[in-house]
Amino acid sequence: MAIGKVWVFAEIAEGRPVPVSLELLTGARSLGGTVEAVAFAPDAEQAAPELGAHGATTLHAATDPAYGEVLLGAPAAAVLATLVEQHKPDLLLFGMTYDGRDVAGRLSARLGVPVIANGLDVVGDGSITVRSAIFGATQNVSTRFDASPPAIAIIRPKSFAAEPSGGGPATVSRVDIPVADRHKQVRVVGRSADVAAGPKLEESAVVISGGRGLGDPKNFELLEQLAEALHAAVGASRAVVDAGWVPYSMQVGQTGKTVKPAVYIAVGISGAMQHTVGMKGAKTIVAINKDENAPIFKLADLGVVGDALKIVPQLTEEVRARRG
Amino acid sequence: MKVVVCVKQIPDPNSPGRLDPETHFLQREGVEVVMDPGDEFGVEAGLQLAEAHGGEVVVVSMGPERGLDAVRKALAMGAAKGILISDPSLRGSDALTTARVLAAAIKKEGFDLVITATESTDGYTGVVPQAIAELLDVPAVTFAKSIESDGSTLTVKRQTEAGSDTVESPLPAVVSVTAGVNEPRYPSLKGIMGAKSKPLDRLTPSDLGLDGVGGASAGQTITAVEPAPERAAGEVIKDDGEAFKRIADFLAQQKVI
Repeated sequence: MAIGKVWVFAEIAEGRPVPVSLELLTGARSLGGTVEAVAFAPDAEQAAPELGAHGATTLHAATDPAYGEVLLGAPAAAVLATLVEQHKPDLLLFGMTYDGRDVAGRLSARLGVPVIANGLDVVGDGSITVRSAIFGATQNVSTRFDASPPAIAIIRPKSFAAEPSGGGPATVSRVDIPVADRHKQVRVVGRSADVAAGPKLEESAVVISGGRGLGDPKNFELLEQLAEALHAAVGASRAVVDAGWVPYSMQVGQTGKTVKPAVYIAVGISGAMQHTVGMKGAKTIVAINKDENAPIFKLADLGVVGDALKIVPQLTEEVRARRG
Repeated sequence: MKVVVCVKQIPDPNSPGRLDPETHFLQREGVEVVMDPGDEFGVEAGLQLAEAHGGEVVVVSMGPERGLDAVRKALAMGAAKGILISDPSLRGSDALTTARVLAAAIKKEGFDLVITATESTDGYTGVVPQAIAELLDVPAVTFAKSIESDGSTLTVKRQTEAGSDTVESPLPAVVSVTAGVNEPRYPSLKGIMGAKSKPLDRLTPSDLGLDGVGGASAGQTITAVEPAPERAAGEVIKDDGEAFKRIADFLAQQKVI
């Protein structure tokens, strides 16, 4: 089956597509078919220029005001199922995000077609095959869709680098299917954001992450001081997030964020697969850990066996001195 | 409140499983298996709600015979009843098939609330909770950091990229909980002893009217399994009091200072 049409589920935040949606459009362009975007947000149409610039020829925009107040899973999957019947895309690509997984999972059950998650790459030569990471990314598995279309794949962020195609704004095709009342039952009644100083974790050239080896939540201050000196972002392992030391938005790993900085500094992190899957794409890795047998040293370009509580403040001073 | 909690027996995440490069099935032989650590939070959340509002927790699992260990652990923690759906035809099942089997068993059992983990610690698809909700035709709230209920509605703090949303949903519903949502209890000796006399249903897909759902009918074929590319290990040094200078040199080399 040649790929005729690829749809990218575009997530919109404040009128702009989120980074993974632009990455998916970029990846979709290499599959040879028509690339279109579908979005569910009251302000989705504002995203047409940027989606178009990354390869979407058409934006199917579902703009019911209810999308701003409900969880997207049920309503978006219901409308998407109808759109799929009308427009017959061969492949739907979702980002591995909260809403992406919700809508893809629900759509899979609704259409009775399989979904492949944790995708790293999509190949479309005659059939559609998704390469995905399993067991904490220790193995890669390639899975071919055999069911009748559409194929549904959920792709990890940063699997493709977003690049403009030089295309003009996507043509907006308004979706005039309203949200059913029964899909307005799950309402978002409040939103709160964790406040983080400095650059964004996913975008920073240097990321410093802390784990249990720091011994105490207050020792994260040492990482923050180093981060300030290096203009770096601070991340964390799942263990310390689960323990309530730092907010979840700082978590790097399978269930957290995927980062690909120029330098990743892992402090007091043992290197469990749950964590490494989110950071092993870094260009270089520095690890500081007391335990010389910590698995993180197998990934590190430079590993230091020692006391992080001593080394990190020394390093902060040294960086400040060298930066003048 | 009748709470059904889904649990899964998985290869110990500390010594991960492997897909057999020939058969593409999970190699289960000689691999330690445990209840998915994420599921302990689901069982605990269910028990807390049942304790607060009256009612009971039923725990359901799909998998081979060894899945009974996970069910028994949940019973030992305080669940009232266990259901294991097991059949050779389910080997190699994908997320959709898993959701179909679990949803059919949950429907048969009856429920006010279904709780799952956000994702299994071996497959990591994270789509099963929403697929179950769709098949049961009820709302779902995923990635819950906390759950409160007045008995007829739920108030959930849901994880987002930026922080969290407060979400309200009517019951019945499906909720997936994140790790850290609570402090799972340890089974007491009394609980472990008592678990042995609790009711345990053992079902097959045909008991659920689902003949031929598994493996080959899943609509996808694994074409290759390969080890993920390894990073080359670099240099490891012991801190002699001057290691910070080496790190600073490295940072300078990478042009970040």
